[in-house]
Amino acid sequence: MDLLIINGVVYDPINSVNGERMDIAVHNGKIVGHVNDSEAKVIDASNMLIMSGGVDIHSHIAGPKVNAGRLLRPEDHVNDFEVKGPFIRSGVGGSVPSTFTTGYRYARMGYTTVMEPATPPIKTRHTHDELNDTPIIDKACYILFGNNWFVLEYLKDNRVEDCAEYVSWILDALKGYAVKVVNPGGVEAWGWGENVRGIDDVVPNFGITPREIIRGLCKVNTLLGLPHSVHLHTNNLGRPGNYQTTLDTMRCVEDLADVDPILHITHCQFSSFKGDDWTNLTSAAPEISDYVNKHSHVTLDMGQIIFTETTTMTADGPHEYMIHGISGNKWVNLDIEAETGGGVVPYTYKPKSYVNATQWTIGLELALMIDDPWKIMLSTDHPNAGPFVEYPSIMSWLISKYARQKSLEKVNKKTLRRSHLSDLDRELSLSELIVMTRCSPSKALGLDKKGHLGVGADADIAIFDIDPMRVDTSKEYLKYDRAFRRAAYTIKDGIVVARNGEITTRHTGKTLWIKSGFPQEAFGSLINELRERFERYYTIQLDNYPIDESCLTNSKPVFTQSSLWS
Amino acid sequence: MTFNVTNDIACPFCGCLCDDLKVIISDGKIVDVKNACIYGLTKFLNYSLERSVTPVVQGDNGKVEVDLETAVDKSARILIDAKYPLLYGWSCTSCEAQRVGLELAEEIGGVIDNTTSVCHGPSIEALQEIGESTCTLGEVKSRADLIIYWGSNPLQSHMRHLSRYTIGTEGRFRKTRDDRTMVVIDVRNTYSARVADYFYQIEPNSDYELMSALRVALRDQEIEQDEVAGLKKDEIYDLADMMISCDFGIVFFGLGLTMSLGANRNVDAALSLIRDLNKRTKFLIMPMRGHFNVAGADVVFTWQTGYPFAVDFSRGYPRYNPGDTSAVDILLRGESDASLIVASDPVATFPVEASKRLLSNPLICIDPHRSLTAKAATVAIPSNFVGIECTGTAYRMDTIPLPLKKVIEPPEGCLSDVQLLEMILRRVRELKG
Repeated sequence: MDLLIINGVVYDPINSVNGERMDIAVHNGKIVGHVNDSEAKVIDASNMLIMSGGVDIHSHIAGPKVNAGRLLRPEDHVNDFEVKGPFIRSGVGGSVPSTFTTGYRYARMGYTTVMEPATPPIKTRHTHDELNDTPIIDKACYILFGNNWFVLEYLKDNRVEDCAEYVSWILDALKGYAVKVVNPGGVEAWGWGENVRGIDDVVPNFGITPREIIRGLCKVNTLLGLPHSVHLHTNNLGRPGNYQTTLDTMRCVEDLADVDPILHITHCQFSSFKGDDWTNLTSAAPEISDYVNKHSHVTLDMGQIIFTETTTMTADGPHEYMIHGISGNKWVNLDIEAETGGGVVPYTYKPKSYVNATQWTIGLELALMIDDPWKIMLSTDHPNAGPFVEYPSIMSWLISKYARQKSLEKVNKKTLRRSHLSDLDRELSLSELIVMTRCSPSKALGLDKKGHLGVGADADIAIFDIDPMRVDTSKEYLKYDRAFRRAAYTIKDGIVVARNGEITTRHTGKTLWIKSGFPQEAFGSLINELRERFERYYTIQLDNYPIDESCLTNSKPVFTQSSLWS
Repeated sequence: MTFNVTNDIACPFCGCLCDDLKVIISDGKIVDVKNACIYGLTKFLNYSLERSVTPVVQGDNGKVEVDLETAVDKSARILIDAKYPLLYGWSCTSCEAQRVGLELAEEIGGVIDNTTSVCHGPSIEALQEIGESTCTLGEVKSRADLIIYWGSNPLQSHMRHLSRYTIGTEGRFRKTRDDRTMVVIDVRNTYSARVADYFYQIEPNSDYELMSALRVALRDQEIEQDEVAGLKKDEIYDLADMMISCDFGIVFFGLGLTMSLGANRNVDAALSLIRDLNKRTKFLIMPMRGHFNVAGADVVFTWQTGYPFAVDFSRGYPRYNPGDTSAVDILLRGESDASLIVASDPVATFPVEASKRLLSNPLICIDPHRSLTAKAATVAIPSNFVGIECTGTAYRMDTIPLPLKKVIEPPEGCLSDVQLLEMILRRVRELKG
């Protein structure tokens, strides 16, 4: 059915619409210029705020380690659940919600697209199984490559084009969307309980450095013309003094960039630690933001801390072991043959903890000190720094200095003395906030039909019951906080899927994946070369490794063109 | 005579889920299977023995054969009429069937449990306390130089485990048998113990003590007793030393830990021991899961409900409390008033009192076999063999998902678990309006 949204106050930064009263028409799941008034369902959005649906560039919502987090923590679910309803399946919440609950809770916040950022190739079938059971939202998964033996070997031998062919085949065969790199080389070393300590440390047994892996995969990414840049979780993440590694990492690919960003440093808060140890840890947000302000080849997302109990999970096995050591909390480790690793540890961020409070300031400082909101996106690295349902808190901190001050009053006093945050007067405009949560992630992912409300865009729309003409973002941030937690309407593919927190229909979003322009049969020589080594490295048959498109409930291939075979 | 060979078939028998089988078919029948162990071979060759293809319903005058619609309708009515139905089994079917099963359980407000409840349930309860340092089996193949089977006899339970994943395989960093050490810790001298480099025969029900002593030893503290679990103090120090000195060690444990005195506390101690060992070297641990898709059942239950087994939907949302919401306990307390059993034979395997309770209420059984449960059921609906007659997904013991393939046509009119469960679910919704 056609849809006509009237009288709302629209913010659509990509189309230079900055708080205008205008109508939006929807036909066949797309935004159009005009629909027949008499036949369309009309939504009166008088005094309401309208923007495109939220796009989350990095949120652990599906796959083996997410499920390990669910399994590990019944205590996380027991008091937070969703009861079966006419349009919803029951489930549990907590920091790692079950699949159905994840879809509903994103939709209630006006989010319509979410990226699962780390799937081990061999278990990607599992990730897709879960994404199939994640309702409403569009989704995709990034495939882990940074410790993959084939990648390490190709790059060691400087066979970049062969590596590109391999990466292309994997994305196609496993239905992945982007190249993810986690602690390159370090996770392979973790197979022996070791790690690497910088981008020029040699990976044991492989004779290659993280620098070479990162540069190699950036070249591969460019060769393949992939829509997203290389999505990187840095070496030394979560360790004091690691901002030097982060700067080294960003510098090491400067020469490879053309026009578009080539590297995305994810959850950058965790990679912006200054100091020698935990007692003199301070924020390196000034150094990182200074670099990012002067360069255009990188984008970041925040990884903002929320003061709450949550569950940390990452493919960075040694990092999780460190968190286990620090917290003493229960620890799951998941090493994956020839590819990657993983770990899960529950953790509570406390405002009175010097380290946690400092981490909290780093994320916000990055977002406020980086001038261009297109360069830094909103994230909590869900659930690592906090669950995604707390995004409205972050939005408040970004749009209101009052909100920040309120929270600063409660944090560790030493943090307060050392932090730059209370000196920062910047308050993001609604347009800037929308860029951080919609436009910039869509652009970084190459999703040109998302992140805006222009004609031809996907009709993924969020309508919030707050009048931006009357309610001041800075002083009345609490009203925005409340509005952002529960969209008045969330519209997905032109269908109202949530209304004031109620899920109003059953809807299945799409799973996006990269279909290379390379014909499958031309992969033959690659496969023949892989086969022999695959038998030695793996314990399953190569032919059982690819995932058929029919395994995706609502498959949406994204076609790419590569200079390799065009 | 022509022979068709289908390659790379995953074996729907044990948790090893070996996916390198070659199934040879001639004249519409499986005539041979290459690469399979004796269990896999036997399953593929004999699966269609003891087979029924027609649904059977208990009438007033005994059992009668009925058409599928009647059986489905009768099943749906039983489930709707029940206040607290129990849906049990699930580990010998596909993840796709488990998904429908969960939806059905939610729809009727029942409790759904899988066979984890009666095998590695204690392992999961322990994991939820301690965590678990684990890996996929390929990591073991590539790196492990110390392999310990504890309370597990793989040569008889998971026959190809040694040759595919541990001592009999060539990995990137471990070329020959001499590169690896195999240890067996068990209460009896099993076949597996006989191929081990070291065998420690311990007293029954003393695993917890031995693990505690090992934890003492690897902290370089003094074990105060001269003997623990039937082992001399020095032997324990030697074993601890062996564990610390390896580059990559792994413990595979079986029901010897979960079903002996201590149960989850034994696994608790094992997981703690492995965690402690990681301060000294790389060490991992893995339960030897039994059925070919019991790991998958836990995985699917967890992503949909947050909990791996014993999930109670009676309040409209998932609740989990093993001992309270687990199948045998519900039956022993006489709480359930109907059951749906899928791909399992609890009448034959549960404690007698629990089986009696199953039989005292309406019982629906979906199973390809004429199992004891199927024979006793109020409604018995025969289904296909997943991985032989229809496709699906299963998770290996290390939770690597693999596709199950169809190698042969099922008997005419015989549907898969997924199709049958979907029919029942649809009928339930129709009847509820």
